[in-house]
Amino acid sequence: MTDMGKTAGMNSGSAQPADAFADALHPHRSHWGDVWRQFRTHKGAMVGTFVFVGIILVVVFGSYFHTIDPQFLDIRNKNQGMSFAHPFGTDNLGRDMLAQVIAGGRVSLLVGVVAMALSLVLGAIVGVLAGFFKPLDGPLMRLTDLFLALPILPLLLVIILLFRDPLRKQFGPETGVFILIVFIIGITSWMQTARIVRGDVLALKEREFVLAARSIGTRSWKIVLRHIFPNVMSPIMVSATLGIASAIITESALSFLGLGFPSDYPTWGRLLFDGKDFIQLTPTRVLWPGLAISLTVLSVNYIGDGLRDALDPRIRGR
Amino acid sequence: MGSYAIRRLLFAIPTLLVISFIVFGILDLAPGDPTGQLPLTIPPEVREQIREALGFNQPFIVRYGLWLQQFLINEPLNLLEKTCDGTWCADWFASSETRLRVTSWSTRSPVVDLIIERTPQTLWVVGMSYVVGILIAIPIGIVSAYKQYSIFDQVGTFISMIGFSVPTFFTGVLMIVIFSVQLGWFPSVYDTTLVVNDWPSFWLQVKQMIMPVMVLALFNASQLSRFMRASMLDNLSQDYVRTARAKGVAEKIVLLVHVLRNSLIPVITVIALSIPQIFGGAIITEQIFRVNGLGALLINGIQSADYPLVQTLTFLFAVLIVLFNLIADLLYGMLDPRIRYD
Repeated sequence: MTDMGKTAGMNSGSAQPADAFADALHPHRSHWGDVWRQFRTHKGAMVGTFVFVGIILVVVFGSYFHTIDPQFLDIRNKNQGMSFAHPFGTDNLGRDMLAQVIAGGRVSLLVGVVAMALSLVLGAIVGVLAGFFKPLDGPLMRLTDLFLALPILPLLLVIILLFRDPLRKQFGPETGVFILIVFIIGITSWMQTARIVRGDVLALKEREFVLAARSIGTRSWKIVLRHIFPNVMSPIMVSATLGIASAIITESALSFLGLGFPSDYPTWGRLLFDGKDFIQLTPTRVLWPGLAISLTVLSVNYIGDGLRDALDPRIRGR
Repeated sequence: MGSYAIRRLLFAIPTLLVISFIVFGILDLAPGDPTGQLPLTIPPEVREQIREALGFNQPFIVRYGLWLQQFLINEPLNLLEKTCDGTWCADWFASSETRLRVTSWSTRSPVVDLIIERTPQTLWVVGMSYVVGILIAIPIGIVSAYKQYSIFDQVGTFISMIGFSVPTFFTGVLMIVIFSVQLGWFPSVYDTTLVVNDWPSFWLQVKQMIMPVMVLALFNASQLSRFMRASMLDNLSQDYVRTARAKGVAEKIVLLVHVLRNSLIPVITVIALSIPQIFGGAIITEQIFRVNGLGALLINGIQSADYPLVQTLTFLFAVLIVLFNLIADLLYGMLDPRIRYD
């Protein structure tokens, strides 16, 4: 994109009509411009992007328009259906569901993004180290295999149960659980990224530009940062989008099993878990948080799909 | 092939040992106290005795070693003894009185017995869901690939995208809302005590299995049908397909014999690889429909801080993962003669 800007600036300076004509015929194309153009042709991905951005906007700014406090108890108006005052109804303590879904969305999305970032950083570091530094390859890949063989969900449950109370004491009930959940989702989901990145790095490091960089005396870590890393951004970005989806699902699953966030600090999964005991009375209570999770994950998966196509040079331009 | 299998088996042993060490270590490092769940009225010296009886005054390594011995040597011997009971090998393994077993703290019964008791329910629901999922996924995958970009393919892609985006705990709850609360067709709770001995009870069993099986089956099918489609597409553009068509083989045979056989190879390994994951995913489904299988056992164990039970179950899940990874690799080599492990 920046390249396009530069070219446009240069053209406005040079008043050569022939040049302008040639540029109009063959406009300068940057890598990310191509990616964006391909991405736009993927209908599902575009719809997904709009939905996802919409969800983010509602979750972030929704509480400014729907001003009821999610924790406000209005016991007279408990278990209500949809109404103008409470568009999503109320729960068994008279708390407004829409406000709770908005508040829960903030936590769920934040968990998804932060856990994804942590697992990406871990995965990228392990992948680049294993791919670039031969002696580290064996041990790091055995470690990855080992992590892949761990039964993740049972382990997550055990770790949460055992470490929840001490962390709560240390950081307060909300932050403690947040740190714990983000941390364990992050350290148990980096393996796929590491494998993909390692594969790409192995292929990249035999290329001429790495040889050129080495021959002028660039240090290894600088080659990694300057030359290898920008080139493995595509697979990392795809696993980033898919990572958000799986982190949100994992957090909701944990909350759904009653081992995630406490109910006074709701997330979508927790709202679903609390609502399922009232299915007979107010079935819509499980519907809204469930729909929110499903829509978010669906849109993110579509974005990931579109990104993968857009970043794949074999598909792009076809 | 044989030497590869042996090499892989030998490598699985240290992997499993490390995993068992991690599982044991996590539970041991935890700051919680195993007697913390007991009533506060117990005097401290009695509490100390309880800890001693549970073996907590011993160093970590000793406890780990003892657990390994109990689980990996004593329990298999017990199983052998049970199967040999009353046959020619009866007195080979008969010394179960002296063998210590891994005992659950909350129920006081051997963990392995609990697991054996719970396994059938899980296998029925999970196994059935897997079979149904495969039966749905393969035809959909074939048609989607053969008629690529047709309406069927587009709809199939969309549904399978929904299928693996919507989490099972939401589809499960949604199914309960629709089919048990609104329509009243199926029970929302799985009744394990039901004995199937005639047609009406068999029908009841089918009715209570439909929802948990379908929830898991839809989730599996949506992933598998994508794999199936991709694998079919890979094969449809191969030269041998054109050759077969050129020499006049009927289209049906080209598709269902030549292409399908080759496309199933990667799909079968994917199926094998995800069988252990299903046991993990079943934890949630079992919780929704109150199936008292292995997942429910694990959740109960976690909630009552039953360390031996949780350790053993988690380790068993790990064994399943390693085992099925091995099976998938070997199957791949066996099914596809182009793969050589040397």
